[in-house]
Amino acid sequence: MTEAAHPASPIDLADPRAVAERLAATGYLADDGVATAAFLAIRMRRPLLCEGEPGAGKTSLAVALAEALGLPLIRLQCHEGIDAAQALYEWDFPRQLLHLRALEAASGGALDADEAERSLYTSRFLLARPLLRALQERCVLLVDEIDRADDEFEAFLLQLLDESAVSIPELGEVRAEDPPIVILTSNRTRELHDALKRRCLYHWVGHPSVEREVQILRSRLPGISQRLAEQVAAAVRKLRELELLKPPGVAESLDWARALMCLDGGVLDAETANRTLGAVLKFREDIERAQAAGLAELLVE
Amino acid sequence: MPAVDAPSSKHGRGDVLAGLVGFTRALSTAGLPVSMDRVTAYLDAVRSVDLAQRDALYWAGRLTLCGDPDDIATYDQVFRQWFLQEQPELPAAVRHRQPTIATLTPQTPGDDEESSSGDVHRVGASEAERLRHRDLGDLTAEERAHLRELIALLRPDPPERRAVRQRPARRGGLDTRRTVRAMLAAGGEPAVLRHRSRSVKPRRVVLLIDVSGSMQPYADALIRFAHAMSCRMPGAVEVFTIGTRLTRVTRQLRQRDPDQAMAAAGKAVPDFAGGTRLGETLQAFLDRWGQRGTARSAIVAIFSDGWERGDPTLLGEQVARLRRLAHAVFWINPHAGKDGYAPVQSGIAAALPHVDKLLAGHSLATLERLMQVMRDARRSG
Repeated sequence: MTEAAHPASPIDLADPRAVAERLAATGYLADDGVATAAFLAIRMRRPLLCEGEPGAGKTSLAVALAEALGLPLIRLQCHEGIDAAQALYEWDFPRQLLHLRALEAASGGALDADEAERSLYTSRFLLARPLLRALQERCVLLVDEIDRADDEFEAFLLQLLDESAVSIPELGEVRAEDPPIVILTSNRTRELHDALKRRCLYHWVGHPSVEREVQILRSRLPGISQRLAEQVAAAVRKLRELELLKPPGVAESLDWARALMCLDGGVLDAETANRTLGAVLKFREDIERAQAAGLAELLVE
Repeated sequence: MPAVDAPSSKHGRGDVLAGLVGFTRALSTAGLPVSMDRVTAYLDAVRSVDLAQRDALYWAGRLTLCGDPDDIATYDQVFRQWFLQEQPELPAAVRHRQPTIATLTPQTPGDDEESSSGDVHRVGASEAERLRHRDLGDLTAEERAHLRELIALLRPDPPERRAVRQRPARRGGLDTRRTVRAMLAAGGEPAVLRHRSRSVKPRRVVLLIDVSGSMQPYADALIRFAHAMSCRMPGAVEVFTIGTRLTRVTRQLRQRDPDQAMAAAGKAVPDFAGGTRLGETLQAFLDRWGQRGTARSAIVAIFSDGWERGDPTLLGEQVARLRRLAHAVFWINPHAGKDGYAPVQSGIAAALPHVDKLLAGHSLATLERLMQVMRDARRSG
């Protein structure tokens, strides 16, 4: 593929700051760590493994990066029991069968077996699943929640991450001309194998600072007042300091701000906080703890 | 953090490379898993970033040399010592609160206030906790013989659960892919129907072993028991020690040789024969591991005598929380099988309403019984 086809080629990006600017244009505000991580993932052609609390913006980084670079995003959502047929490729057996029948009918019984077999295992009968598609075009590949897949699946990813290639027994090796930018995310429900981690850049995504959270709220929710954004960010910061079962992430503060904006007035006080607490805290124990700590206390600036 | 103009602030400009490699060696000494390819990636990253930029050197290393949130605190510390003369303030993004196990260390008596910004490593090493490195390799011959016997006799039958992944089977739903493939081989005739059904997988087992002073006579045997189980069911057993703090020893126990595994575990556990804060360590387990997935649908066995020095209400709450996540929760008390035992200790009294079964665990026979109970565990309530 040519440079001209991709005006936003990653090669244009000179330093992490340029990456941060590109990401900001899509509405994703990256701090130094995220910007450097994304920059190095592009420059070093190394997969980026993002770990962090749920709702910290791991998945949205991949989405924003794809948009910022003008590349398609190919997403593989991992789950228990995911296998090669769902992630990589599968032969289209029914179509192969039809093709075989058609050949038989056309040849009038004089079918050359070798020839017929060769014609069956060609790329036209190959169903490309996300990982194989990611090797066929230049893209950002998001392998989401890798910790949910069985650990055998990690081993299966290694060749892909190492060489940007996969082997298909019937066809041979498929190698990417332009290796994808790979982002893996994990919520740490189990520990990943060291073999996988060694091949990746590692970034721990933490909760943003209050100032950054205000910026995120304002950029994601046009129409939010500066005051509400500040109030929500400050209150969420205080909620994170309570020993909660699930401290709210950025996703929750966005939900909360959205909920408050739907109520007329769009202000955060003890009364509206109480009514909308379910948007930010998702466990009964957490809600009780926040109420015990005093909602008015959360809003003191 | 003040900008670092060159990686050679401590060394001559000539040996920048040596300085960087020396830094990785210092990290390795501090306990980070620094491998050759990580070092290569690090040097590559340092070349790629503009070192005049603020923090570029910091991030180049953190992204390539860390592999776990626990590594980051160590990395920060070594980075400051190696590259920066003064003790600088870290960028705000780095100061976020990590779910660090070491924060559970008890403060000095009477000082119950959360030490919010203290260095966790320093607190973790405080005298109050009576941290000791117990040499588990130095056991008496008699104990050793008994424990070898224990391991030789154990044949855990792994508890199982249904998996999502489907496997070829004699009966079950139609496996279209394999059926069509068989048809292809037969030239298109539907010769044989293939079936598939959901397979079974070993169910995760989580062992939480109390290594406090009152459990000391049993701790060695129990960790050996855990080792035998993890050898038998590789990948499906998670082992943690609890006491004054939570330590994960799964990795140490993965070694085949029991004595080596025990020595590694002994080195990893800092609070052998210390005090007991079951509620807090259990909370740490749930926050850090349990709720994220380790305890979900698992069989959890807590080995403890239930002497709780902390708040028993917290312990009760946490066991109840564990019960909601796990498939089954068993409490194994070495004293439970003895004459005249009554579950009156503050800790066990608070926890008892939330456990599926209270079992004895003072002899080989009782541990064998435990394995049977675990295999047959059904979710109740």
